[in-house]
Amino acid sequence: MALITTESVSFAYRERGPLAVAGVSLDVGRGRILGLLGPNGSGKTTLLKLLSGTLEPSAGRVAFDGTPLTRMARRDIARRIAVVPQETHAAFDFSALEIVMMGRFPHLRAFELEGEADFAIARNALAATGTAPYERRRFSTLSGGEKQRVVIASALAQATDVLLLDEPTASLDLGYQLEIATLLLRLNQDRGVTMIVSTHDLNLAATLCTELALLQEGQLVAHGATHDVLTPDHIRQVYGVIAEVAVHPRAGHLTVVPVARAR
Amino acid sequence: MPAHVDAALPPPTIRPRLAATIAGFGVLAAACCLLAPLVGSTSISLGRAFDRTIPFADNVDAQVFFVARLPRVVAAALVGSSMALAGAVFQALLRNPLASPDTLGVSAGATLGAMIVIAFHVDASVFGISAVPVAAFAGSAGALAIVYAMSVARRHGTSTTVLLLAGVALSALLGAAVRFIQILADFTDTFRSVRWMMGALDVGSYNQVVASLVPLAVAFTAIFSMTRVLDLISLGSDAAASRGVDVRRAERIGLVGASLATGAAVSLGGPIPFVGIIVPHIVRLVVGADHRLVLPGSALFGASFLILCDLVTRTAFGPVEPPVGTVTAMIGGPFFLWLLFRRAL
Repeated sequence: MALITTESVSFAYRERGPLAVAGVSLDVGRGRILGLLGPNGSGKTTLLKLLSGTLEPSAGRVAFDGTPLTRMARRDIARRIAVVPQETHAAFDFSALEIVMMGRFPHLRAFELEGEADFAIARNALAATGTAPYERRRFSTLSGGEKQRVVIASALAQATDVLLLDEPTASLDLGYQLEIATLLLRLNQDRGVTMIVSTHDLNLAATLCTELALLQEGQLVAHGATHDVLTPDHIRQVYGVIAEVAVHPRAGHLTVVPVARAR
Repeated sequence: MPAHVDAALPPPTIRPRLAATIAGFGVLAAACCLLAPLVGSTSISLGRAFDRTIPFADNVDAQVFFVARLPRVVAAALVGSSMALAGAVFQALLRNPLASPDTLGVSAGATLGAMIVIAFHVDASVFGISAVPVAAFAGSAGALAIVYAMSVARRHGTSTTVLLLAGVALSALLGAAVRFIQILADFTDTFRSVRWMMGALDVGSYNQVVASLVPLAVAFTAIFSMTRVLDLISLGSDAAASRGVDVRRAERIGLVGASLATGAAVSLGGPIPFVGIIVPHIVRLVVGADHRLVLPGSALFGASFLILCDLVTRTAFGPVEPPVGTVTAMIGGPFFLWLLFRRAL
């Protein structure tokens, strides 16, 4: 059975306003990495918020392991699904470890202080993301890539089955992009974490994802295995771009080279 | 990149830090409460004030301590705590270290509410509570409703700078309404209200202090119920929601608690400026950003800070006794500017 299912999910930000997500039905199996692709305004971020339960669908339903999210308490959802946003700004001078420890919040009762086990989980998450040396650094003093890895560590400390990532490499340079992609692949292989990743970076999607969902104006255009979805026809249809798609001999996965704007 | 530990950051385990925070700031607050009443035009001794072998009627030191000075010190402690806590909550909920009851116009709202009742001699009481705190709460809640609407709009792109500028505009607007009411009131009321508006901790008796305890107890309970939640909300509402926080509920509890604390503080001691912004910042410099430490630290240090400022007004200016708000403003104004520059650089 699929771990996360959406059944004809629609969402509008204003009543009777345009649908940001329109009738999307998806199944995501346990341990899979699903990439959400689509141009700006196609509904990727909105769909991620519906999947994390921070937005409630206007129509249709999102279910986790068969239970609709609307019937789960906020804390219960947070024990199963963690979110890595595109960027995180801390209003105050928290240390990296304090940011990671916030991931333990849904596992603690009201007023319960973190115990040794929670610190062990947080330090393990810091180690898994290569950020252990920054444990006591101020979050605000870290570079973009370091911050993003600390936020991923915070999501790992949440110890969930699912990780939702919203353009996790958007603000990062090439080196950090590769680093984050490698890290996510390793977490998926080692820990079996199911991931849903929205991205504009088609090559990242090709590197990382076992399956892709292609969105356009809130609607699902295609969903399937990466090599079935990442085709010149789909890219032309959704992005209006003529592109060459081929398996890179050294990288071993599909690569996309945009050639020209389609007329 | 080499491993680097920021020496200024505290160690991670919370339990000993919480104990140290409460003990450190608690001892300071207790010392201020006990020692401040000893200082004044008549010098008295702590030993004699607490000497139970002398009947109270014959013990001048005890009378000066408990009747003349302690109510004012307790009022300063409660007002300082409330303003500091309200500031800490606003800063976290709005994710802006410059937010406070003053900068958001919430104090101005409370002042307008209280001023209407004072200037027009409204004697009505609601459930046995004087009309002044009720009106002050209504005023702060009204101003806050406007700020809240803007903070919701902020999620759709309005910047925090806009929010603070809106607070400045709201304060100016409500301040103009207050001055209009002062013109309508008679001369004596106007003089009293001008003095009150810069801080009036000379409460005269325990009655006003006792009257403020119920709203303050409700406000403090609400605020202290959400220590950890404020940490998460300060990362953003989506970040908090995805870690299990019911953000809307938390915002409502926090904003009602903070506006109730502001309303009660303003009705007790006037709209004393800058306490809500200085105190949480100083406390954060000492204990770090964790609200489980910042909130108790702010409550205790806010009490000490205002008691000490009030002590300065009572003793440092000879026969003249300026309102306590002038002292908090003299410290707070430059501090606020320093904060702005520190953030800008």
